Amino acid sequence: MTSNARRRKIISRIAETCCALAVLIALVPLVMIFFYVIKEGFGSLNLAFFTNTPKPVGEVGGGMANAIVGTLILIGLAALFAVPVGVICGVHLSEYPDSRFSAIVRFAADVLNGVPSIVVGIFAYGLVVLPVKRFSAIAGGVALGFLMLPIVVRSTEELLRLVPSGLREGALALGATRSRAVFTVIIPAALPGILTGILVALARVAGETAPLLFTSFNNQFWSTNIAQPIASLTVQVFTYAISPYDDWHRQAWAGAFLLVMIILTLSIVARLAVRRLERMNRP
Amino acid sequence: MSNARPSADDRKFRIGTGIFAAVVLLIVIGIGVELTRQSLLSIQKFGMSFWKGTTWDPVAGEFGALPFIWGTLYSGLLALLLSTPIALGIAIYVSELSPRLLRQPLTYLTELLAAIPSIVYGLWGVFVLVPIVRKIELWTPDVLRKTPLFKGPPLGVGMLAAALILAVMVIPFSSSVAREILKNVPAAQREAAYALGATRWEAIKVAMGYGKTGIIGAVMLGFGRALGETMAVTMVIGNSPQVSASLFAPQYTMAAVIANEFTEAADELYLHALIEIGLLLFVITIIVNIVSRLLIWSMKKRVVRRVPVAPVAEAQPA
Amino acid sequence: MNSRSAQCLLLAAVLVAGCQRSEAPQSAPTNGASSSNGGATIQIQGAGATFPNPIYSKWFDEYRKAHPNVLINYQAIGSGGGIKQLSAQTVFFGASDGPMTDDQLKAAGRPILHFPTVLGGVVPIYDIPGVTQQINFSGDVLANIYLGKITKWNDPAIAKINAGVNFPATDIAVVHRSDGSGTTYIFADYLSKVSPEFKQKVGVNTALSWPAGVGAKGSDGVAGLVKQTPGAIGYVELIYALQNKIPYGAVQNKAGDFVVATLDSVTAAANAAAATMPDDFRVSITNSDAKGAYPLASFTWLLLDQNPSDKARGRIMSDFVLWAITDGQKLVPELGYAPLPASVVEKEKEALKKIQL
Repeated sequence: MTSNARRRKIISRIAETCCALAVLIALVPLVMIFFYVIKEGFGSLNLAFFTNTPKPVGEVGGGMANAIVGTLILIGLAALFAVPVGVICGVHLSEYPDSRFSAIVRFAADVLNGVPSIVVGIFAYGLVVLPVKRFSAIAGGVALGFLMLPIVVRSTEELLRLVPSGLREGALALGATRSRAVFTVIIPAALPGILTGILVALARVAGETAPLLFTSFNNQFWSTNIAQPIASLTVQVFTYAISPYDDWHRQAWAGAFLLVMIILTLSIVARLAVRRLERMNRP
Repeated sequence: MSNARPSADDRKFRIGTGIFAAVVLLIVIGIGVELTRQSLLSIQKFGMSFWKGTTWDPVAGEFGALPFIWGTLYSGLLALLLSTPIALGIAIYVSELSPRLLRQPLTYLTELLAAIPSIVYGLWGVFVLVPIVRKIELWTPDVLRKTPLFKGPPLGVGMLAAALILAVMVIPFSSSVAREILKNVPAAQREAAYALGATRWEAIKVAMGYGKTGIIGAVMLGFGRALGETMAVTMVIGNSPQVSASLFAPQYTMAAVIANEFTEAADELYLHALIEIGLLLFVITIIVNIVSRLLIWSMKKRVVRRVPVAPVAEAQPA
Repeated sequence: MNSRSAQCLLLAAVLVAGCQRSEAPQSAPTNGASSSNGGATIQIQGAGATFPNPIYSKWFDEYRKAHPNVLINYQAIGSGGGIKQLSAQTVFFGASDGPMTDDQLKAAGRPILHFPTVLGGVVPIYDIPGVTQQINFSGDVLANIYLGKITKWNDPAIAKINAGVNFPATDIAVVHRSDGSGTTYIFADYLSKVSPEFKQKVGVNTALSWPAGVGAKGSDGVAGLVKQTPGAIGYVELIYALQNKIPYGAVQNKAGDFVVATLDSVTAAANAAAATMPDDFRVSITNSDAKGAYPLASFTWLLLDQNPSDKARGRIMSDFVLWAITDGQKLVPELGYAPLPASVVEKEKEALKKIQL
């Protein structure tokens, strides 16, 4: 082996080690944070946490039942707004990928993806809260829906493009109109992937705090009325975390732990769906 | 796939789906319009000096956004510098180097980082990261302390803590996109390199070169995320509006000041000034997007074969 | 296919959960005008100061025990936020640690009444290596620290008012609030009274342009940062210092006494001001010149519409305030607040009649 070859081999080894090191470096904060959240939060999870609503400081047994339900309702509302709009927009972008209009919409989606969530919250405040002079779960859902939209659009577009062209051509050859071909053949074929995109988007917005502060507000009481303020895990954790009371701190950590678990579940389900999709689409 | 003569159904389909696509466009335009409308007072009063002013005084009614612009860009850039090598390292390791068994678990683990909500990062940052950074600041040798990069009392909170936490938050985004791109580089590219006697690392470099445009896109995605991050940053950056190159100095970002002061701002000019900062953030997001697209477009021109921007599986020859 | 139907079900479940409407007999969901019969639950939205949040949450809970159909949802988004949302009429009542300014009242466009509810004190907290005892602060010293003019703990100005205390040569790490806050308002109000330079350079507001120091988010943020930074000084409400077990100092009042914040010293400040209480209750009681009165004391107010559009809710809030300033005061001391002086309560009862129901 020439000395040049040896040198190149050494460089290669060093580079590979660096990459492995990078993985370890990234894992360090992950482990630290997880340990911290588990240490602080897991012990504070009890039945009362899941079944009771918040109690004033000094009284034991307060919980976040309303916040848990509130978060689920909020992301449900967000999906209600974002899924139809996002999926059909994705359909348009994948069917007409080269048009000027599509290029502009794609750019807009990317910009929307980058808009800080607090700015979106301010926008939703002006749009949904001020005109009716009321905070509401709907406003929170709208804000979260705006945040979900770009993810749903992009992932739908990518996944529809991945559907083998043979499928579309076959449908069209059998005489289907374009809309028929898309809605009855192509979308069902890409459905698992589209659902994955939706789950990823849900995971992203489930952890948002800032946009909810001026839209869904928060609620001490049990409420599933979407026209009223509603509690959410993120805002409740935030409120408790900046208070001076140990009991509220413990609840905040329990809430943070639960939040991480919910987001994790959504992400893992999404990932499993991707694996299924890849296995199904392999020729 | 286009027909010679679009049928009525085709036209309805195009317009129908186009309306939904237009909604997305309208939302973005709406945000821009609303932000401008609600910051008019401040735009009219301060004009261009808003971008250059360094005083943020709600009592005197004097508002200048330069410290926030500086803090946002500086922290974003630092986060980018810190996170990109690691994100790329992870992407390369997972897609090229790791044993098959480790691939899925490692992917899950990096995505766990993305699952942690910002507020949890913030809490961990305050109680765990800031004391560590304080210790680092205390250990910095005095000779470095004199340089502008390391000036200032060892508080713990400051630009360094913010950059570190942002870097951690950004890693999963850049890394997962980069991983997808590397996965989609055709095997032929690597095989050609090996055939020419390349070492493993050199083959990887070839693959990265092929996916260059997408990787740049991944990095820019991370940058955009860092710029807009709010809760985690405000808890560790020290929230002090000053323009300073020092990593130890407490500084302030645009998103953080909005989060801190928006609910409290009770007078019109103050509110409009805050929203104008939101408008600035929006504009910067657009600029970052344009720049990354131009970068990708200019690189595209140099590649002989058309490289898709997004990771699209290439049809493998059967 | 199994996986697909499973995922469809998951999505459907999420969507259905989101579509649920409340089954509980809620009143018509508006904050503004709506009439409701006595039987159905009625929800009232309020927002404002973080400082009285603990006692307010206790009060609303107690009130609900006596009136099970009344749900008062109070969110502590900050004094300024309370004023703003009240002006925009997205909430029915507000709460603030600092009285509304004339400009803010004008912006609201309709008459708003202030009702003091409890008293509290802001304390200077510190973490000085080697110093375990309680130290004294004069107005001058505090102002100069926060102006950035006194930078070390062993400064002669500090030593002068603290005979016998061994201060280290550590740098003072100044901590203030990054978010707007009534606590900041009270602190700045005092500092502006004792230091013309502070008044001119910084001024009084819930959010300020601080010449020195770092901003921490929330009183808890300030307490946390001070606790873990040797040489730090900050200001928080008394309850935060007590709960976090952080040493806090005595502050000099106008009469020259160095007073420690206790329920008695805070009440003393209120008593002194009770005699000259203006009719609209918008008064500052900082830097009191009464003997033994704590100089960083302040009222906190509930803000109500003088002419509420929703009479039913107006009646409830009026009744609540009456209860809070009388029976409710019994619950106050155990949470670290000082109760209202009797003369102020009497005056408020009169003022409540002003509300047009």
